[in-house]
Amino acid sequence: MAEPVIKTNKLIKRFGNFVAVNEISFETYPGEIFGFLGANGAGKTTAMRMLCGLSAPTSGNATVAGFDVYKYPEKIKQNIGYMSQKFSLYEDLTVTENIRFYAGIYGLGNNEIKEKSAALINQLGLQNEVKTLVASLPLGWKQKLAFSVAIIHQPKIVFLDEPTGGVDPVTRRQFWDLIYDAADKGVTVFVTTHYMDEAEYCNRISIMVDGRIDAMGTPASLKKQFSASSMDEVFYHLARSAKRSAD
Amino acid sequence: MKQLFTFVKKEFYHVFRDRKTLLMLFGMPIAQIILFGFALTNEIKGSKILIVDYAKDAASQQLITKLSSSNYFEIEKSFADHNQIEAAFKEGKIKLAIIIPQSFYDDIQHFNKAQVQVIADASDPNMATTLTNYATNIIAGYQSSLSPTKKIPYRIVPQIRMLYNPELKGAPNFVPGVMALVLMLVCTMMTSIAIVREKEMGTMEILLVSPFKPVFVIISKAIPYLLLSVINLIIILLLSVFVLDLPVKGSILLLFGASTLFILTSLSIGLIISTVTTSQQSAMMASAMGMMLPTMLLTGFMFPVENMPVPLQVLSNIVPSRWYYIIIKNVMIKGLGFSAIWKETLILFGMTVILLGLSLKNFKNRLA
Amino acid sequence: MRTLKFLLQKEFRQIFRDRIILRMIFLAPVIQLLILPLAANYEVKNISLAVVDNDHSTYSQKLISKITSSGYFKLTGYKANYNEAYQLVADDKADLVLEIPNGFERNLVREDEQKLFIAVNAINGTKANLGGAYLGKIISSFNNTIRTQLIQPDRFNPLPQIEVASTNWFNPLLNYSFFMVPGILVLLVTMVAAIQSALNIVREKEIGTIEQINVTPIKKYHFILGKLIPFWILGIIVFTLGLLLARFVYGIVPAGNIALLYFFLSIYLFALLGFGLLISTFCNTQQQAMSVAFFFIMIFNLMSGLFTSIDSMPGWAKIITDFIPVSYFIEVMRMIVLKGSGLADIKYHLAAVFALGVVLNTWAVLNYRKTS
Repeated sequence: MAEPVIKTNKLIKRFGNFVAVNEISFETYPGEIFGFLGANGAGKTTAMRMLCGLSAPTSGNATVAGFDVYKYPEKIKQNIGYMSQKFSLYEDLTVTENIRFYAGIYGLGNNEIKEKSAALINQLGLQNEVKTLVASLPLGWKQKLAFSVAIIHQPKIVFLDEPTGGVDPVTRRQFWDLIYDAADKGVTVFVTTHYMDEAEYCNRISIMVDGRIDAMGTPASLKKQFSASSMDEVFYHLARSAKRSAD
Repeated sequence: MKQLFTFVKKEFYHVFRDRKTLLMLFGMPIAQIILFGFALTNEIKGSKILIVDYAKDAASQQLITKLSSSNYFEIEKSFADHNQIEAAFKEGKIKLAIIIPQSFYDDIQHFNKAQVQVIADASDPNMATTLTNYATNIIAGYQSSLSPTKKIPYRIVPQIRMLYNPELKGAPNFVPGVMALVLMLVCTMMTSIAIVREKEMGTMEILLVSPFKPVFVIISKAIPYLLLSVINLIIILLLSVFVLDLPVKGSILLLFGASTLFILTSLSIGLIISTVTTSQQSAMMASAMGMMLPTMLLTGFMFPVENMPVPLQVLSNIVPSRWYYIIIKNVMIKGLGFSAIWKETLILFGMTVILLGLSLKNFKNRLA
Repeated sequence: MRTLKFLLQKEFRQIFRDRIILRMIFLAPVIQLLILPLAANYEVKNISLAVVDNDHSTYSQKLISKITSSGYFKLTGYKANYNEAYQLVADDKADLVLEIPNGFERNLVREDEQKLFIAVNAINGTKANLGGAYLGKIISSFNNTIRTQLIQPDRFNPLPQIEVASTNWFNPLLNYSFFMVPGILVLLVTMVAAIQSALNIVREKEIGTIEQINVTPIKKYHFILGKLIPFWILGIIVFTLGLLLARFVYGIVPAGNIALLYFFLSIYLFALLGFGLLISTFCNTQQQAMSVAFFFIMIFNLMSGLFTSIDSMPGWAKIITDFIPVSYFIEVMRMIVLKGSGLADIKYHLAAVFALGVVLNTWAVLNYRKTS
């Protein structure tokens, strides 16, 4: 087994009296597609923010890409990619400008930038849209572009926060093709989602309920564990006893 | 109607839950009244001046004492050398220099005539003129003190009576101006931003899809700011009556009526801005850059309109706050009735109708 | 540093794509600089006068024509009695009423003294004061003329006279726009810089792109510099446009060192942008940022010393102006442009604005945190 890219041990995040993330412990490995599931308000986003270096844990340990989240959040940022719920490409910049900006921010050299953006554009089939403002792109293309930009610097891990919200099934499928592609190249994909069918696409998943990880394993093992025929049922079984409900 | 009420309620929540903005909205008129009432004044006093006394005799001493005891001046330095005047002006603190010649006392004694030189820093022309006038008056006072018993024959004595504002307070002039400025800015800016924000966020479409006429969506956006402005108006009036001692001479009802009309006018301007801008940033910039300075300068309360070049006077006719300012002055300060303001009211009314019509037309066009 | 280059590229692209913002940043100041100095004029002239002449004598006629030919006054009413004239004031058709009593000429000669009645619309105190003063001067000059006619010319005048020789330096023609234009330019640059810098960051917060930035290796100071530098440059451009306008439209040529002016401008923008930055750290929506920025800018404008004099303010207000960067710049503008003041003269202003800039920027940077 290779070194884990993410390792957490009893990670806790408290806001005053409210415990958002309650002693979660898990590991993720290179090239793995790890699904981080849970109902709204279960604590997924809070946990992810801690792993991205956006938020310091209250207690517990975690290392991401080999760096301690307390001591080296900046080093972590250099080695991860991130795609938020709102996609966060600049709407008033063109496709090319967005690609070049993020590539440059992550320290790619000028030649590298040229090569990689050409490759990216080809892969996504956006040759005719290079000068289009992102605001004019259909939602599905924006998502795919955002994902590709998030991994343009070949990070060890890419964090995806509900990346396929609001898009048709075909486009979702295409998106997951991109994810598989990235995983094949050794990028660990850490993805949170509501869509239980997407849970089936992951190598392993964890399900958070009320701040704890109540289940973790491959989709197959979980279905067996809970005698369920689909991930929907597994999820329902765990989540219905949850006390928190809003994010 | 009930549906309209629902919309209005939602808008109220938006507005009143944003504490910081509210604070600023109410803070503005209060801050302005305090500033205008207690800090800003067109009067000039306490100006630092420089005296170069070559005479150094009894007469010059008396003159200097008279100058220093006046409120208008503060003697900053008393140099020996007039070559240093330019440097002193350049340093920036000194605004006026007075040079008393060496033979001052002798000249008065022997020739009944003496000369004093006054040099003003005219980078501020107004101050230069005023300070020169003050100095001249004080010197003239000194001059007549030299012969107190002689009476000048054939004197014309003007008796001046100050109307409406005998104490020459600044308040009667600027309180109406502050009212116009605050109401105009708040309504225009806030309304345009509120509407554009929904456009930006995309929630406007949801509203438009509802069984509501677009008109009602707009009206519901405007109503909270209407209320806010009325509250602002009340605050300003209370402050001016109780803090600045400026009573409302005319009919309060008329005052509120005219103010409501003006608020509607300003809201319409906000509406128009919201139909031509697509981002909150541009709506704000249009309101601030486009409206603030012109309103401040062309309303007539900071600078008299009659002094401006004709093209500007014409331009000021388009600024609604100009007409509102006249109405307020007439009603609040002069205590006049509707007969005195019907013309201005009509103009405001006309402007509102045109602006509202334009903005509604624009609004429908943008959606189609 | 490369990161900064990419950030700046992005910022400039975004700014120049938004047509309306561009217009506001460049066009609005230009237009306002052309129009507003014409409006901002404290000179008083064309005062409307209503006259009630109860005497109809040579003297009264002479006095009236002297007043109307002075250029300060416009005769808008010639009424039979005071009440009618007063109505003109109530209707805003007259600012002043001059009433000459019956028997004016006769009584002046016989009794050595005669009163004239003047009523002034004093709502605008300055106008009333100046109007009254001008009228007073004309009447007094008329008085002197009469007196010398009546008194024997060879009679020795026992009254001592002190003649005041007055000169005006730096602006001998008392050109009001020399005073206002540099000041208005300062206000315009201030508005552009402060408002834009505050809004820009909050906008990213509101839209959500700021989170994306937070996750990248972009350092705090990169991000802040990336936000400040474009507006710093824009501020300088707007200022330059203004200076050109001042030169070619108003004939204002800076008497002092232009490089010194730009040096001060740079430090001033540094302080101002820090202010905008600080506001943006406290606000979550653009509307909030705008309201807060606007509130302060309104106060800055009023207390800047442009429209009213700082010297005339009460002590507590003067202390407040010590913390307002605008007031320093307005003074410095005038000093350098009109008087040719040098570095030594403005060192205090420079230090003050620099200190303000350091405080504001430091506070803002401390506030802005990527990790919560």
